Amino acid sequence: MDDLFAQVRQGRPRAIARLITQVENSESVAETAVTALYRSTGQAHVIGITGPPGSGKSTLVNELAKGFRQQDLRVGIVAVDPSSPFTGGALLGDRVRMRDLAGDAGIFIRSMASRGNLGGLAEATAVVVKILDAAGFPVILVETVGAGQAEVDIAHAAHTTLVIEAPGMGDEIQTFKAGILEIADILVVNKADRPGADRTVKALELMLHMGEGGTTRHHGRLLQTSAAAMPSNGMWQVPVQPTTAVQGTGIPELIAAVQRHRQYLQASDEWLRREKDRSRREMEHLLQTRLLRRLQVVVAPDKREALVTAVATRETDPYTAVAELFSQLSA
Amino acid sequence: MTEAQRTPRILIGKPGLDGHDRGAKVVARALRDAGMEVIYTGLRQTPEMIVEAALQEDVDAIGLSILSGAHLPLTERVMALLRENDMADVPVFLGGIIPGDDLPVLQEMGVTGVFGPGASTDEIVGFVRGAVQRG
Repeated sequence: MDDLFAQVRQGRPRAIARLITQVENSESVAETAVTALYRSTGQAHVIGITGPPGSGKSTLVNELAKGFRQQDLRVGIVAVDPSSPFTGGALLGDRVRMRDLAGDAGIFIRSMASRGNLGGLAEATAVVVKILDAAGFPVILVETVGAGQAEVDIAHAAHTTLVIEAPGMGDEIQTFKAGILEIADILVVNKADRPGADRTVKALELMLHMGEGGTTRHHGRLLQTSAAAMPSNGMWQVPVQPTTAVQGTGIPELIAAVQRHRQYLQASDEWLRREKDRSRREMEHLLQTRLLRRLQVVVAPDKREALVTAVATRETDPYTAVAELFSQLSA
Repeated sequence: MTEAQRTPRILIGKPGLDGHDRGAKVVARALRDAGMEVIYTGLRQTPEMIVEAALQEDVDAIGLSILSGAHLPLTERVMALLRENDMADVPVFLGGIIPGDDLPVLQEMGVTGVFGPGASTDEIVGFVRGAVQRG
């Protein structure tokens, strides 16, 4: 295993690919890998790309990767597609849009199936990002499954989150809804050559400006967004960037915005705050998993099953049943 | 998730210049419905692109769909690249219009399954399951 980790640190594609497969299939390998590699991570700028199916995420990832390569930055790409809830199978088709990137040794693309995870990413995506980080990719692009309104996990996995919209996806009421638009550090209106693109850009800008002069939520934090508190004061103002990814239009501007956001994160305390937010969630998640497993060891299966039956037949309620389970944990 | 579980990952690629990918899509869909993860690379791939994708995706088998008549040189190149990359153990199967006379040549190259237009998806799924288990 140590040999494999050494090869991953040297950026050897075969080793990276094999380790990713192993962490996807085994939690214990994931634990070993993260323990061994974690100190080599923390260098990469992790950029999340999310948006509805068909909005052009993969094509945009293709263009972004080409742009970063022009700056001589190596790019790791993780593209997540959904697994079937019925068969567990998946069709991972994001590479179809990334054919321009073939044959470039500075690019590593990995397709992942979500394997039942909700939230837009796979359970192992965070570990895969760490592997690519340890392998020395300074830029990591993470493309989520086609996202609707509530798949917002990417905001906690990425430093910079791009939310992609396309024209004609609904009126401006859609832009007022809570959820995916709130996690954007940069809003992208792709397919900007289509009719209605101007209206989509305007609706999104209106949504952003509605926050001005009062307070708005940004990454779950209440922010003052009066005009005076805007960029001059060091606060990030979410830009709306039109692109036509198939033609490469708007891509240099988008890359400039992404890099401005990185500078903003690093110049403020935001980078560390986001890293701490991510670390806290990760630790709480691991703790939950561990507690659940401990419970399964401490309380015999038939005892647990009896409690489930008692809840189902209304002999007791779920809160009382869980209290009883929990008392055995701490006993 | 236990160590024993491993969802098979299969690459379906179309090397060469023919633009007819219906067969490749039908096979990709059938393998998906059989619970496998299918990496579909799309049309007009070079052997280099296919082997690079297979390496990065760490697939358990590679299916090539070729209707152009260029199956011999394309397959030969794919097999050579797999050997170069220390991936000769990855099973390769073929679909498309492949004349019977070429089968021994393809077998000699290391191709383990060839499926023509008459092949059922059950047959192909069964073959891939077997090939992946042996691997």
